Amino acid sequence: MNEKIKHTEPLIRISKRDDLVWWKSWLVRVIAVVLALVLCSVIIILITGYNPIQVYLAMIRGSFGTNRKLWIMLQNLAMLLCISLAVTPAFKMRFWNIGAEGQVLVGGLATAAVMFYAKDSLPPFIMIITMLAASLAAGIIWAMIPAFFKAKWNTNETLFTLMMNYVATQLVSFFIMIWVPSGSSVMGIINQDSQAGWLPEIFGQKYLLNILIVAAVTIAMFIYLKYSKQGYEISVVGESENTAKYIGINVKKVILRTMGLSGAICGLAGFLLVSGTNHTITTTTAGGMGFTAIMVSWLGKFNAVIMVLTSFIIVFLQRGAGEIATKFNLNQSVADILTGIILFFIIGCEFFVNYKINFRTGHKEGK
Amino acid sequence: MLTTIASFINAAIIQGIPLLYGATGEIITEKSGNLNLGIPGIMYIGGISGIVGGYIYEYYTPEPVAALCIIIPLLCSLLASAFMAFIYSFLTITLRANQNVTGLALTTFGVGVGNFLGGSLQSFFGKSGSISLLTTGNYYKTPLPFAEKLGLFGQTFLSFGFLAYLAVIIAVICAFVLKKTRIGLNLRAVGESPATADAAGINVTRYKYVATCTGGAIAGLGGLYFVMDYIAGAWTNDGFGDRGWLAIAIVIFALWKPDLSILCSFIFGGLYIICTYIPGLSSASKELIKMLPYVVTIIVLVVISARKRRENQPPAHLGLPYFREER
Amino acid sequence: MSTAAIELKGITKRFGSVVANKNISLSVQNGEILSLLGENGSGKTTLMNMISGIYHPDEGQIFINGQEAVIASPHDAYDYKIGMIHQHFKLVDVFSAAENIVLGMNDGKKFNMNDVYARVSQICEKYGFEIDAHKKIYQMSVSEKQTVEIIKVLYRGADILILDEPTAVLTPQETQTLFKVLRRMRDDGKAIIIITHKLHEVLSISDRVSVLRRGEYVGTLRTADTNEIELTEMMVGKKISLNIERSEPHDIKDRLVVSNIQCNSREGVRLLDNVSFVARSGEILGIAGIAGSGQRELLEAIAGLQHIDSGSIIYNNPKTGVQDNLRDKTPIQIRDLGVRLSFVPEDRLGMGLVGNMDIVDNMMLRSYRHGKGIFLKRAEPKALADKIISDLQVVTPGTSTPVRRLSGGNVQKVLVGREIAAAPTVLMAAYPVRGLDINSSYTIYNLLNEQKEHGVAVIFVGEDLDVLIELCDRIMVIGGGRVTGIVDARNTTKEEIGLLMTKTDGGQTNE
Repeated sequence: MNEKIKHTEPLIRISKRDDLVWWKSWLVRVIAVVLALVLCSVIIILITGYNPIQVYLAMIRGSFGTNRKLWIMLQNLAMLLCISLAVTPAFKMRFWNIGAEGQVLVGGLATAAVMFYAKDSLPPFIMIITMLAASLAAGIIWAMIPAFFKAKWNTNETLFTLMMNYVATQLVSFFIMIWVPSGSSVMGIINQDSQAGWLPEIFGQKYLLNILIVAAVTIAMFIYLKYSKQGYEISVVGESENTAKYIGINVKKVILRTMGLSGAICGLAGFLLVSGTNHTITTTTAGGMGFTAIMVSWLGKFNAVIMVLTSFIIVFLQRGAGEIATKFNLNQSVADILTGIILFFIIGCEFFVNYKINFRTGHKEGK
Repeated sequence: MLTTIASFINAAIIQGIPLLYGATGEIITEKSGNLNLGIPGIMYIGGISGIVGGYIYEYYTPEPVAALCIIIPLLCSLLASAFMAFIYSFLTITLRANQNVTGLALTTFGVGVGNFLGGSLQSFFGKSGSISLLTTGNYYKTPLPFAEKLGLFGQTFLSFGFLAYLAVIIAVICAFVLKKTRIGLNLRAVGESPATADAAGINVTRYKYVATCTGGAIAGLGGLYFVMDYIAGAWTNDGFGDRGWLAIAIVIFALWKPDLSILCSFIFGGLYIICTYIPGLSSASKELIKMLPYVVTIIVLVVISARKRRENQPPAHLGLPYFREER
Repeated sequence: MSTAAIELKGITKRFGSVVANKNISLSVQNGEILSLLGENGSGKTTLMNMISGIYHPDEGQIFINGQEAVIASPHDAYDYKIGMIHQHFKLVDVFSAAENIVLGMNDGKKFNMNDVYARVSQICEKYGFEIDAHKKIYQMSVSEKQTVEIIKVLYRGADILILDEPTAVLTPQETQTLFKVLRRMRDDGKAIIIITHKLHEVLSISDRVSVLRRGEYVGTLRTADTNEIELTEMMVGKKISLNIERSEPHDIKDRLVVSNIQCNSREGVRLLDNVSFVARSGEILGIAGIAGSGQRELLEAIAGLQHIDSGSIIYNNPKTGVQDNLRDKTPIQIRDLGVRLSFVPEDRLGMGLVGNMDIVDNMMLRSYRHGKGIFLKRAEPKALADKIISDLQVVTPGTSTPVRRLSGGNVQKVLVGREIAAAPTVLMAAYPVRGLDINSSYTIYNLLNEQKEHGVAVIFVGEDLDVLIELCDRIMVIGGGRVTGIVDARNTTKEEIGLLMTKTDGGQTNE
């Protein structure tokens, strides 16, 4: 009766694989990056007509070319890595904290506030400690609010943290307006003359302290996630809430604690950006790094050490693309385009690492 | 006083239109279970591709025709935005990538492309200065012919270019499709419970693709409206601002209902500019007022999660991947 | 008789090395109700899933109205007018009944919900359903949801209906209503297959009965010509000797005294009803019952994972002699009382172990809090992992292999090994040999016996009656959340247990 209905097994069957050796999975990723670079080259040729090899060489020079460029790149790398480290424990718990941007901003705002109000009235050490404490507290509060509602009513954390970013942005605008009565809406360098609350240069390098602090955080986070009891609890909650309950983990407590930690490190990043790098605050102090960090962390498989590599790739692309933009008279945004394309390829290639594609083979019985 | 209110309403609607496009597009997308955080990037693309289309047409044509001035940017915008959404769909649906990460990468890419082309287009054609498509912009801005005759009412509600009305029409159509049609029913089922939809013989993959790409195309029109009508055929880098994220906020505020999102968009549009209409506000308080849309959205989000009214929840499978269990 | 509505010939289905269905042939006529009878794991659902397009048979043919059919997807099944009502309903919660019914259909006509309501009420009238088609699924009781599923299938014009244990979730009254509807559908010429293991239902509803046992076809009888005893014998089969060594229990003491536990689901369905029993040290207490009769809730209530509404769970501490009530305590509180309770849950990789973690990290699940300091100490769990791997002959590339990559038997050895390593005084194991090969199963039996000899109170939830009878000292049978009997394993028969298992309302108070 149903002569017309054609029944075939699907042409492609996809199944999960779990036995890809490590070098093969990295090979897949390298191939993806190479393909992305090829595509970028095509686009570069189309837009500029330049030889892409030269363009890529210019990018490398842009990141490593001079001492100054190298330091700036390392500084950018440190900040992106710091924020990526911040979101990592939350992600590991499967809590989608995409509010790092806001948490960094309020951290920076707290630092700026202390700098602005205290001026040079405090001894330098107390000053720095106060600023640090204020930004950590601000970051923690900003992160704990969505975490509290997630634990209490299972409020969607992705949307909540996203909205918190813009509340933070407006909060920063608000304070800048208060602090800068002229209405120019630009904060300017805080404590330009006294340099109160500025992180000190060490070995004559402005950014070295930032970099060292982030290096310490990286190691600490690696150890925390891998070797501490709390890190272990995060993994269990992230993998299976049922198992967590079975062994008596208080899931709500872990959610709050982990988001608190996430917010604290974001606050730290805000502190470093304001006190160590910019000495001022704007609504773009976080500069989208809160979002980029999500990709860094995810691409780094939530492993603090691999994340050094992934954040390097992204910072290198952005610095390098900035360089070619200047050199070849292009727009700075070319960096975002190249980053976007490479991200697409890396995101996409994970599929080939995790899944196997089986094509239909042989014939079916029956017909 | 009346004129002030009228001009406020008028301005609120103008601000609300791009948001409405973005929100409608994102609702259609989210109804299929895809949380597309690339919408802000897509809206940049929607704007810039319209500019590029219009620019090339104006550049090569001594006397541009009205119809083509409208159709070329419109098509460019629709196609480019849909293609962006297609990238997202391919990565998240076929390659099963994480939706948040993919969406954010898409936004980075989209904003980058927008600012890059917007900033370099003139130099590609050997010109300097910023882009200005006066002719095209004027066609897009042409209000309904009888608006003038209707006095204050006409000025307040009928003085917009056609894209403004199209936004409302599209939102109404989407509301109708979701509520009253077979396709809408199936789409909602895909976002709520893809396994159920699959078992009922619905092609989940196809629905997700089509909804996401359609949603992207709709959202892109928001960018087109902004560049062609609001700023009359020009481009400023980052000029579109964070409107894309605001559109995502409206989706929550409107409880995933396109008809409600019309009203919500105008409210948010109003909140966006209300500070210039309240006399005697300090510039600091203005910034606090701009915070309102986000704070209100957060409150709505908390309230719906606390009340747990089933009809007002996000689509149950939002943000989660779906694939039939393999054996 | 005319050609069968559906006929299966020589159907075989394997999952890996396990044969789920072996050379099964049966048929159903139009206007007939066939019961498919068998214990848990006898292959009933697998067989029906092949008719409804979820699985594809490895061997054999399916004929529909005399023509061979290839059913590759649920959609194909609809095309053949086959509709299956699964045990787990596939409904969209926020949709109304009518929306769920019409979901995914395209009859080419203009879409109009009013037409849908009209047709739904037509179907309801024809077969005697009572349902408000406007009502949302999340507001519905289980039986209403089931009604929606059945109407959904009829709405699509199904002529062959398969119901997978439809009465498992229903009250006796609801069951009677369902049967009335099924009889009307039969009289309307539909072919109906109903999967069940409740004998009195088989006898009251079906025209013929086909029996499966361990994936094999046993036979088909006309219901009018048979009785409960004969069907039980066919279902459970001849007693098979397994030669599990069973020592005589000694030094028996009441370890865990469970009295009058009541427990309801969030939807208000009674999960455990007045359950009382004693688990004694040095003894294995078996728990037999149809899957989903409350076994899981019972064990989870004892382990501190399930809230109970009333009753008490008293633990007699062998060291201190103190009696503690474990009711509504968290797992941590229970352990802090000094109660050494080990629990091997049914869901091994979703609850007992974390699939993505390696063996060492899984060893730590219970013990990671031990010791001062904020850091984990992996030396002990590593040693434990090595010990379990060598003692229980776990086949694994190493201790750093994620457990999800191990085979089912090895996963279970890791889990049971860890739970026993905690030196429990009470050991609860839910279906610990499910999916395991013979050798692994015997390893588990031996481990349980060893624990018993060490004076542990062992609670063993099982499905294979032969194993229960040979391994346990006493067997408690539960049905529908109630204890239907506690028997001495040395002096019982499979038939006795089988009858107790299928007795859901007999002897007890009716609600």
